[in-house]
Amino acid sequence: MTRPADGSEAMSEPPHGGDRPVPRTVLRGARLIDARGDHGAHDLWLVDGRVEGVDLAGDAELEIDARGLVATPAFLDPHVHLRTPGQEEKEDLASGLAAAAAGGFGTVVSMANTDPVVDDPAIVADLAAQAAALGLARLRPAAALSLGLKGERLSDYAALQAAGAVMITDDGIPVVDSHLQRRACEYARELGLVIQTHSEDPSLRQGGVMHEGAVSHELGLPGNPAEAESIMIFRDCEVARMTGARVHIAHVSSERGMRVVEWFKAQGAPVTCEVTPHHLTLTDDAWRAFDPVVKVAPPLRTADDVAYLRDAVRRGVVDCLGSDHAPHTRAEKDRDALRAPFGLPNIEVAFPLLYTDLVLAGELELAPLLELLQGGVARVMGWPEPTLAAGAPGDVVLLDLDTEAAVDPARFMSKAKFSPWDGRALRGWPAMTLVAGRVAFSRRG
Amino acid sequence: MTGAAGTRAPAAPAAPAAGSPPTKHPRHLLDLASWSADQVHTLFDTSDVMAQVMTRTIKKVPALQGFTVGTLFFEDSTRTRLSFERAARAQSADVISFAAGGSSVSKGESLKDTLKTIDAMKSDLYVVRHPAAGAPLQLTRWTDAAIVNAGDGRRAHPTQALLDAYTFRTSFPGYAGFDGVELAIVGDVAHSRVARSNVELWTKLGARVRLCGPRTLLPDELGERPGVTLTHRVEEAVEGAHAVMALRLQTERMAGGLLPSLAEVRERYQVTRARMRLAHPDALVMHPGPMNRDVEIEGVLADDPRSVVERQVANGVPVRMAVLYTLLVGSR
Repeated sequence: MTRPADGSEAMSEPPHGGDRPVPRTVLRGARLIDARGDHGAHDLWLVDGRVEGVDLAGDAELEIDARGLVATPAFLDPHVHLRTPGQEEKEDLASGLAAAAAGGFGTVVSMANTDPVVDDPAIVADLAAQAAALGLARLRPAAALSLGLKGERLSDYAALQAAGAVMITDDGIPVVDSHLQRRACEYARELGLVIQTHSEDPSLRQGGVMHEGAVSHELGLPGNPAEAESIMIFRDCEVARMTGARVHIAHVSSERGMRVVEWFKAQGAPVTCEVTPHHLTLTDDAWRAFDPVVKVAPPLRTADDVAYLRDAVRRGVVDCLGSDHAPHTRAEKDRDALRAPFGLPNIEVAFPLLYTDLVLAGELELAPLLELLQGGVARVMGWPEPTLAAGAPGDVVLLDLDTEAAVDPARFMSKAKFSPWDGRALRGWPAMTLVAGRVAFSRRG
Repeated sequence: MTGAAGTRAPAAPAAPAAGSPPTKHPRHLLDLASWSADQVHTLFDTSDVMAQVMTRTIKKVPALQGFTVGTLFFEDSTRTRLSFERAARAQSADVISFAAGGSSVSKGESLKDTLKTIDAMKSDLYVVRHPAAGAPLQLTRWTDAAIVNAGDGRRAHPTQALLDAYTFRTSFPGYAGFDGVELAIVGDVAHSRVARSNVELWTKLGARVRLCGPRTLLPDELGERPGVTLTHRVEEAVEGAHAVMALRLQTERMAGGLLPSLAEVRERYQVTRARMRLAHPDALVMHPGPMNRDVEIEGVLADDPRSVVERQVANGVPVRMAVLYTLLVGSR
């Protein structure tokens, strides 16, 4: 490895937020929670972009009243679409990274299915530099597994990694050619890069726009069976086992798919997996309203699948959450069910949604939910575990676990101002997110 | 629901409004889920009145004078569009037509933008045909006009089902109430909006429906509705049935790997004179059109006295007249 593996600062990258001075900051009276435990209410001090310590003396340049709020390491997201370069009408770095910060995320991994595709080290370096200058959430670009996402030739993984790429993936387009998948895994392994897979068999998925089942047959919409996912997950896990490469299965959506992941994990295969907020909270019944906002790939499954995914989360089979935040323009989502694109924006509601539906509903404790957004992601990516210990990056989110507020897409930072959860009353809204010791988002304005 | 509907005397044809007391009905006709059996029978009573109009020398009444009906066809269809336009003009409505073929829609314009453009020209009701299921429902969010679904993807084709059931009601004496009626639908059920809407309507009216086709074109889930049974043997589907409906078989299904050769399909699933001997002696042979003669239906059977295929087309006009009239005037 030619660069620090901690994901904090790539060697070629300018300081996060530019050269502006970072104020010495204190978060007064926050309930501190991190992987080491729930430490109760303390003053958390930040200086020079890092955690300075707890309950220190002296003057602060910025005082933040954090009484009643939880302070915890800002979340990490291994799976977002920021649509840059080339599709800035859907999202750009400023809107996407502001949306991430508003959702409590301090670091996001951006997917490579842009126009042009992120298969060129110059694009990776440019994305990282642009994002660092914004000073919002940190951007860690993923690079394409194949040149142009064409599934034919490998892109230059070593050069892409040197430019700052942290993951290799053709996300959005399944890698059909098993031989290419094998070679990608072999080559990525020697570089210590994680390969992320969008596991769906296109020949079985056909033109499916929603989960194939009783609802799709009733509504007359083309279905995409769960087996299109489980078959490809099996292929991808088998290739991971065969090559020893670290393979991360993105957005597992079905019971069948999760069972395959479990089976390989039990054998010690080097696979990890993520689930999305929407696959944990919505079902194919959402299609009855015929609003293509719920058109995602892989599709929303049945209530049984949701229950199984939640159980897999509880049992620790799921390594982390991945939002798969996938913004589109409203006009694109106002097309018909067949022509509307796949993907929905969710990064700003991910935590409140899961806090409300899983933690407040009594299905999951707070600590394992945080783990899925912090340490779990770090382990998948090979980064150090985020904590609030002195010297750790000054990436902190303040969570208001008490105030209930309705989802209001009109106020999203994302350009995609629509949501399947529009109007839902949720708790657990991030009040403030600090990245590298600076305020990247504040709900107070 | 009573069996009396078919025997009610039609009201004076001069004033269709007096045909039957106004029943509260849904604002749109997207599918038949939100229409009750009583509302459907009331619609059929109105259709009786309209059918009488179509027997006169001057086949026109002023019932919808001053209304504008827009036909929005995002998918090619000649017969359905003609039938709706005839139904609108026979009631003196103005008609504007939009056919999407090679227009901006194919260039990625959103459904909403397309509708907004047309809606700016102010129609009172839109008749919509679209290749995507749910598109007519989406349109209801963006206009105040009433929407009639003229076929959306594989999902629904409610006026076709209405005219099929109306044809049965007026052609099979003694079963106008649909109690004890057995309908067999044979062919490519999976991809058929006609099948879905007929299942919805006939079971609502009290009939039982048997769906028949090869397993690749007949998913088990479609048999989960009460009153519906599935079979993969055409003889079993036809036996004792009061009406047998053959569905058009799209030849591209062969290329999609859903079917083997045409010869095998013909051999196993064609509705033939020989197989109709198993049906009720007065059974009707139906087809939503356009027919592939000697594919899903034996050619000579289509011309047999038992075939009501032409009557279905003819009834399309009064039934659609009743639909337009009910949605535009019936609730006022």
